[in-house]
Amino acid sequence: MKRNLNFIEAGSLLEAKETTSVDLTKIYLENIKEAEELNCFNTITAEQALNDAEKSDLRRQQGKLKSRFDGIPIGVKDLFCTKNIKTTASSKILSNFIPSYESAVTQNCIDAGLISLGKLNCDEFAMGSTNKTSYYGPVTNPWKSNKSDAKLVPGGSSGGSAAAVAADLCVASLGTDTGGSIRQPASFTGTVGLKPTYGRVSRWGIIAFASSLDQAGPITKTVEDAAALFEIIAGHDSKDSTSSIKEKERFYDNLNNSVKGMKIGIPREFKSNDLPLSTQKAWDDCKKLLQTNGAELIDLSLPHTMDALPTYYIIAPAEASSNLARYDGVKYGIREEGKDLIDMYEKTRSVGFGDEVKRRILIGTYVLSSGYYDAYYIKAQKIRSLIKNDFNKAFKKVDAILTPSTPSTAFEIENEPNDPVQTYLNDIFTVPINLAGIPAISIPFANDENNLPIGLQLITNSFEEQKLLNIAKNVQDTVNYESVPKNWWQT
Amino acid sequence: MINGWELVIGIEIHAQVKSKSKLFSSSSTEFGSGPNSQVSLVDAAMPGMLPVINKFCVEQAVRSGIGLNAKINNKSIFDRKNYFYQDLPQGYQISQFKDPIVGNGFVEIKSDGQLKKIGIERLHLEQDAGKSLHDQDPNLTYVDLNRSGIALMEIVSMPDMKSPEEAVEYVKKVRSILRYLDTCDGNMEQGSLRADVNVSVNKPGNDLGTRCEIKNLNSFKYIHSAIIYEAKRQIKLIESGENIIQETRLYNIESGETRSMRSKEDAHDYRYFPDPDLLPLVLEEDWIENIKGSIPELPDSKKERFIREYGLSEYDSSVIVSDKSTSDYYEKVVQDRNPKLVTTWVTSELFSVLNKKNLSIDESPVPPKHLGELIDNIDSGKISSRQAKDIFEEMCKTGETAYNIINQRGLSQISDESELKKLVETVLSSNPENVKKYKNGKEKLFGFFVGEAMKLSKGKANPKILNELLKSKLNT
Repeated sequence: MKRNLNFIEAGSLLEAKETTSVDLTKIYLENIKEAEELNCFNTITAEQALNDAEKSDLRRQQGKLKSRFDGIPIGVKDLFCTKNIKTTASSKILSNFIPSYESAVTQNCIDAGLISLGKLNCDEFAMGSTNKTSYYGPVTNPWKSNKSDAKLVPGGSSGGSAAAVAADLCVASLGTDTGGSIRQPASFTGTVGLKPTYGRVSRWGIIAFASSLDQAGPITKTVEDAAALFEIIAGHDSKDSTSSIKEKERFYDNLNNSVKGMKIGIPREFKSNDLPLSTQKAWDDCKKLLQTNGAELIDLSLPHTMDALPTYYIIAPAEASSNLARYDGVKYGIREEGKDLIDMYEKTRSVGFGDEVKRRILIGTYVLSSGYYDAYYIKAQKIRSLIKNDFNKAFKKVDAILTPSTPSTAFEIENEPNDPVQTYLNDIFTVPINLAGIPAISIPFANDENNLPIGLQLITNSFEEQKLLNIAKNVQDTVNYESVPKNWWQT
Repeated sequence: MINGWELVIGIEIHAQVKSKSKLFSSSSTEFGSGPNSQVSLVDAAMPGMLPVINKFCVEQAVRSGIGLNAKINNKSIFDRKNYFYQDLPQGYQISQFKDPIVGNGFVEIKSDGQLKKIGIERLHLEQDAGKSLHDQDPNLTYVDLNRSGIALMEIVSMPDMKSPEEAVEYVKKVRSILRYLDTCDGNMEQGSLRADVNVSVNKPGNDLGTRCEIKNLNSFKYIHSAIIYEAKRQIKLIESGENIIQETRLYNIESGETRSMRSKEDAHDYRYFPDPDLLPLVLEEDWIENIKGSIPELPDSKKERFIREYGLSEYDSSVIVSDKSTSDYYEKVVQDRNPKLVTTWVTSELFSVLNKKNLSIDESPVPPKHLGELIDNIDSGKISSRQAKDIFEEMCKTGETAYNIINQRGLSQISDESELKKLVETVLSSNPENVKKYKNGKEKLFGFFVGEAMKLSKGKANPKILNELLKSKLNT
C-alpha cells in the first residue's frame, strides 16, 4: 500500500474495499512500534483500536457506516480527556489520571467512526513550543537537517500530534492551539495545521490551559484532510458556554481552490531582517504564486503585532494559574503526603509540575495579584482589544492575510536557548491570531537550505474557515511541493 | 447607643437560591442526601469540565433584586475568586466581583415605631463551596461536595443600621421578602440563610470607627447578641486606649463571645478576574419586565391591604404578614369570616400552640379549613369561647375537625329559648331566698343565678340568651 496515506485517500480505499479498518490499524500500529524513538505517543491503545476497527469493518459490511470516514485511524493529543484511557496532559501530576468521560471533540470523532490509536505526547499542559516540557520526554521531529544528524524539535505544544502525522504514525491527528500549538509544530514538520475560530470547536473535556485562547483543531497531511477532519470535530456544544451557535458547514464538500479576485493582505509588521532568507523567499514566492493565480496583494498594517507576545504572556499565564489550581492532590492525580494541607499542596505541586508550568503559574499569579492586576492584566486585555481591532480593520480591506508561520524552521533539541523568552519568540507570528480569536492555517510550502520544511500561515476573519481552506488549497495545489521526511527511524 | 457610643452595622446576607439544580451544573441541591451523592463532574472540578449557567438561578436573583427595590443590571460578569482549600475543588469560586447582577436597592424596616430605609448596595450570584468534615477521623479531613456549586445570593447592605434590633429587623425583612418571592427558603438552621455582620463604634459626630466582621451568624438571636458583645468589646478596647484592628471574627454560640479568625493583613489576595469559561451575563429588558410582572404581593403592600380590607391593627397586620405562610394561612381562614375573631384565634391561640410545640405554621396540626369551621361555630353562637378553647385543644391533639368533636361531646350550646326558659324557672324556683334578696336590691346575685343555670345545663347554655331571659324574669 502507498506510504503516507492521507485522510481522503484512506476513506476512498476503505470505500472501495481495497483495505479494511483492521488492516489500516495494524499497519499504523506497526509504524508506531518502529518509531518508538520519536516518542510521539504517551499511550498506545492497540487493543481498543483493533476492536474498534473490527466494529468499523462490520459496520461497513452491514452498510451502517457512521460517516464516509468510518474506520480511519487517527492520533489524539494527550490533552483531550478520553473515557477509560489515561489522560495526562504530559504532566506528572496527572500521570495516573483516567477520565470517566469523553471530550466533546473525541466523541465527535467516535461518532464519525474514527479509530484512535492512542494519546500523543505534547508539552506539559500544552505549555511550550518545543515539546521538551513533557514529563514523558521530548518528541523527536521526523525531519533532519541534511547537514547534521542532530535530533530536531517537532515544535509544540502539539509536537506529538504533528510528528506522528509527518512520520505517518497515523492518518491525521488532533491538536490544540492556544498561542500557536497546532500551527508552529505543523510548520516544523511539514504538515497542515488548522486553528479554527474561537468557539467553533467545543472545549468540553479538553484539559484547559488558557480558556479564552484554547481551541482544538486538526493536524493533517493535506488541506482536504484538514477540511474533512475539521468538519467532524466542529459544531455547537451546549456544555461549552463559549461555543458558537453557528451552523456547522460542509467544509470538505464545499472546498474549491479559486483565489480569483481575492485580496490577500501582507502585513508590514511581520517583515523582519531577522527572518531567515529561505523563509522570506518562501513568503515572497507564495505571494507571487497567489498573484499568478488571480489574487490581488494588498500592503497592510497591523500596528499592534509586536505587542501580541507580551500580551499573550500575561493573559495565558493568568488564566493558566487559575485553571491549574484544581491539580492539588485532593481529588485526583498524584498526591505527595504532607504534614498538613498546605504542606501537601506544596509538595504535590512541587513534584507534580515541571519548570515551565511552574514558571507560568508564578507569572499568572503575579499579574493577577492586587496592586499588579491593573498594570498587567487589565492593560493586556486592552491591548488584546486593539489587536482584535487591527484585524477587524484589515478584513474590511482583504479576504485573507499571508505571513510566515514561524520565525525559523525546526531547531536542535539540544540547542534550545536558555532564556525562556527566546523560546517564546517562536510564537510571535501565531499568537496574535489566538488573541483575536480568528482562524488560521499553517501549510507546508518549501524546504529551507537544510532541507527542513517551511510553513506559511494564512489568516481570515472569524468563521471564514471555508475561505481559509480554499485559499490554502489553492496554494497547496499549485506550489508543487511534497513534504515527506526520510524515514531514518525505520530499521 | 451603648454608653454614649454609636453603633454602625452593615450586613452581608448569604441566601441559598431556591432551585432544584446548582448554579453551573445539573446536580440536585436537595438537603440531607448522603455525602458526595449530588456531585457532577463540574462540581468535582474534573479536568476539562466547563460551567454552564443555570438560567433559573439567574431568574431567582433578578426576582430577588426586584423584591429588594433594586436596579437589575443588564450586563453582569462572573469572576473567579482564587484560593486553595480542600472543599473548593476548582481552586476558585465563581462569583461576581465588579459587575454584579443586581445594584442599589433598599428595604424598609420599623425602628422605634418609625419607618426606616436600609440601603442595599448589591446582590450577586456565587457558588457555594463543599463541606469539610473534621470529626470523622482523628487524622484525616473528609470532604462532602454536595453543597459545592450550589447557587448563593450575597446581599450586601449599606452600613445603615444603628442597633442590634435594627440589624435583626433588617435580616428578618430580607428573609421575609425572599420567602415571599420563593427565591430562598430562609431556613437558617440548615444554613440556607446566614449573615456576616460588620460592626464599628464611634462617638456621635466623630468619624466612623474601624470595623470588624463577624462571620456566619445563622439565627436572629445570635445576630443580636454577637453585635452587642462585639460593640462592647470594641468600646472597652477604645476606652482603655487601644486600637481596633480590622479583622474577621467568629461568634461562639456557647460562650456568646467573638474571637479573632484572621486579621486584614492575613486576608487572602483572591486574584479576582473574569471567568474566561463564561460569557458576560446579558439580560434582555423584556425578559426582566416579564419577571417583574410575575412578582407576587410583598409583605409591605400585603400589610397595607390587610389593614384596609380586614380592618386589622397595624401591629396585628405586621405580625401576620411577616411570614408568608402565616399570611397565606390567615387569608384562607378569614375568607367571609369575622376578621377580628380570626385574628385573635390565629395570633393568640394558634401561635401559642405552635410556639409550644416548636412548629412552623406549615406544620400546624390544625389546617386553615378546620380553624375556620371552629370559628364559624363560635360566631353562630353554637359554642362558647370557653368551649371553643377546649375543642381547639382537642383538635390540636387529634387532628379531628371541630364539627366532629362538638358532636361527639354533645357540646352544642343550648340556644333554644323554651328550653332555656325552663332552666331559668327551675333555678329561680329552687332559690326563692336569693330571688327575694336580688329583688330587694342585691343585684350582685345575678352572677349566682347565671352560675346555677350553667351548672344545670352542664355549661351548654348560650350565655347571651340565658342572661336576657334571667334579666327579664328577675326584673318582672
